[in-house]
Amino acid sequence: MKKQSKPKVAFFDFSDCEGCQLQFANMGETLLAVTDLVDIVNFREIMSENGQDYDIAFIEGSITTDHDVKRIKAIREKAKVIITLGACATIGGVNGMKNRTSLDVAKQRVYGDKANIINTIKTMPVHEVVKVDYIINGCPVYIPEVVAVLKCLLMGKPYVVPNYPVCTECKMNENVCRYEKDQECMGPVTRAGCNSWCINNGNRCYGCRGLVDNPAANGQKDILVKYGLKLDDVLRHFTLYNDSMGEKYDKEFK
Amino acid sequence: MTKNSNKTISKDVKVDVQYLTRVEGHGNIVVDVKDGTMTKCEFQVIESPRFFESMLVGRSIWEAQHITSRICGICACGHTLASIKTAEAALQVSPSEETVMLRKLLLYTEQLDSHILHIYILIAPDLLGVKSIVPLIKTHRPVIEMALRMKRMSDYAGEVLAGRHIHPISYVIGGLTQLPSREGLEKLYEMMLESRKDGLETVKIIKTLKFPEFERPTQYLSLSSNEEYAMYDGDLVVNNGQRTKVKDYKSLLTETVNDYSKAKIATINNKSYAVGALARFNNNYALLNKPAQAVAKELGLKAPVHNPYLNTAAQLVEWVHCLEESIVILKKILKDGLDEKKVVVNSWPKRSEVAAKKYTPNTGVGCVEVPRGTLFHEYTIDDTGHITHSNCVIPTNQNIGNLEDDMRKIVPEMVGRLSEDDITLKLEMLARAYDPCISCATHLLDVKFV
Repeated sequence: MKKQSKPKVAFFDFSDCEGCQLQFANMGETLLAVTDLVDIVNFREIMSENGQDYDIAFIEGSITTDHDVKRIKAIREKAKVIITLGACATIGGVNGMKNRTSLDVAKQRVYGDKANIINTIKTMPVHEVVKVDYIINGCPVYIPEVVAVLKCLLMGKPYVVPNYPVCTECKMNENVCRYEKDQECMGPVTRAGCNSWCINNGNRCYGCRGLVDNPAANGQKDILVKYGLKLDDVLRHFTLYNDSMGEKYDKEFK
Repeated sequence: MTKNSNKTISKDVKVDVQYLTRVEGHGNIVVDVKDGTMTKCEFQVIESPRFFESMLVGRSIWEAQHITSRICGICACGHTLASIKTAEAALQVSPSEETVMLRKLLLYTEQLDSHILHIYILIAPDLLGVKSIVPLIKTHRPVIEMALRMKRMSDYAGEVLAGRHIHPISYVIGGLTQLPSREGLEKLYEMMLESRKDGLETVKIIKTLKFPEFERPTQYLSLSSNEEYAMYDGDLVVNNGQRTKVKDYKSLLTETVNDYSKAKIATINNKSYAVGALARFNNNYALLNKPAQAVAKELGLKAPVHNPYLNTAAQLVEWVHCLEESIVILKKILKDGLDEKKVVVNSWPKRSEVAAKKYTPNTGVGCVEVPRGTLFHEYTIDDTGHITHSNCVIPTNQNIGNLEDDMRKIVPEMVGRLSEDDITLKLEMLARAYDPCISCATHLLDVKFV
């Protein structure tokens, strides 16, 4: 392959924990194979080079300041393809919980009498500000899915994100249902693609991949309520990663 | 990245590093010296604030670990353990000895992972005069392969113990949601035995690298215990002899917000202090295991060490310590086995018990040593088990003041002797030596000479 035919790839992070980039760096030999196919020109967490000429931009983190908005728009102008990497960039992720209270209260709680020096806006996933071409869900991203998306990307094909719930994968993995174990779980309404990672490890689903397109949200709510959860707690389950759905369910559940 | 390319030696220096690279998160270094007098010397945290302490309010105490793990992708296990300890203090529950042993193992393996990442990927390029690990893949291939092998071992540890290293799954309040597989533990044990020689090889390499010379005695804070080199448990100890119980941490350290950063800055006795590998090494040297002490001797480290650039060398000493401690724990587990009844718990109260569950309003404080230093979480819960107040004190916030004081001493030592480019590089290296984690701190790195 001629060197100039390799697409140039850049990584940019916004408000997040940088775990998804790290997950990328932890791909090991797969990452070496990837570096044969693309040129990484900008990856601040591990490189001092700061290439501004790129074709593909991986975006990690949510948009939470006016400066972020300007920065992501500038990236959109340069990049042919934008891929959101992980829950924060794709659906807002845990950063979205900030939106469940007023910004003034949030600032006051963390920075006290210095709250006025802090610039922050409502947490937004990247697609609320600029067009996104590929998404990779999850907190953190699931490496086999990252590889699948990369293959589609390099072949110029769309990646079809599963639109069935985590339960489908969980059953295939022969896990005992959390509800059978007297536990609650967000699996029935959460988008699959993680191979039921958390349940395989004895925990429950927290909804990090976002909800499926038409979740049986009221059914999920009724079950949680039946077993003693208050409506506020049900809503908190739905909005741990999915603040963008918060307003809708605030109305529907109450 | 610096905006300046001034090679001449002058008594006027402006450093303006925007978006310091090879650190976790976003920060600037800004220094202004006019005719030999320093008018500005700041380490500016520019990461967007994330408001975790606010987001926790109203959440169930049982969700706290899942949420706070997301503060940092590198120290996800450390945040997890600090969070669990805090929640357990608030709920007044105690884990079994076996659970504590498994937690220590997870904490040690996170030190292994983070220290190797810092030594090889973030620091080595500076010492070898290159901009990243990428050119080293060609020029130092066997070394890079070794580094990746060491990294792979500790990643695997996260997978076996907790389902994954980044945002661990199975470590929760009271225990683990499932036992790690025996097969996985056996493989991890073999990988760790293999890693011993990679550790010794790394010691040989680090010995040949030249760290900048600089000294500034300061206050060092760490956990300290009479029983072991403290990572998971102990009292808060400052090198001047002050000893404080973890629950009373607020009587020891003070957090303030400065005007140019979004990170809170902590002080002790109204002065800056350092946490992290070098602080732990200085405070607890005598409790390092023999192989780690031998490596310290080999590297010429004798406590107390007052050169912050040598934090990287202290990390290597700790890497050896943590590897050996992990091997001891794994050996014991593989010999005695794990009792499921003493370890496995649910991640949340049973649904049938949720409504009837009674809580006592209480405040818990939890603390562990994470790769970058002492990490504190504090939660207050109400009678429904929901969090009404929370506070997190992050190692990087504690180190920023100390880093700025180091900069204030080292800049005048360099002005008139080194070029602006060289001063910039030395300052970048100084900041990187602290291994700052800015995502955590905003709740930090780029050098800016204005």
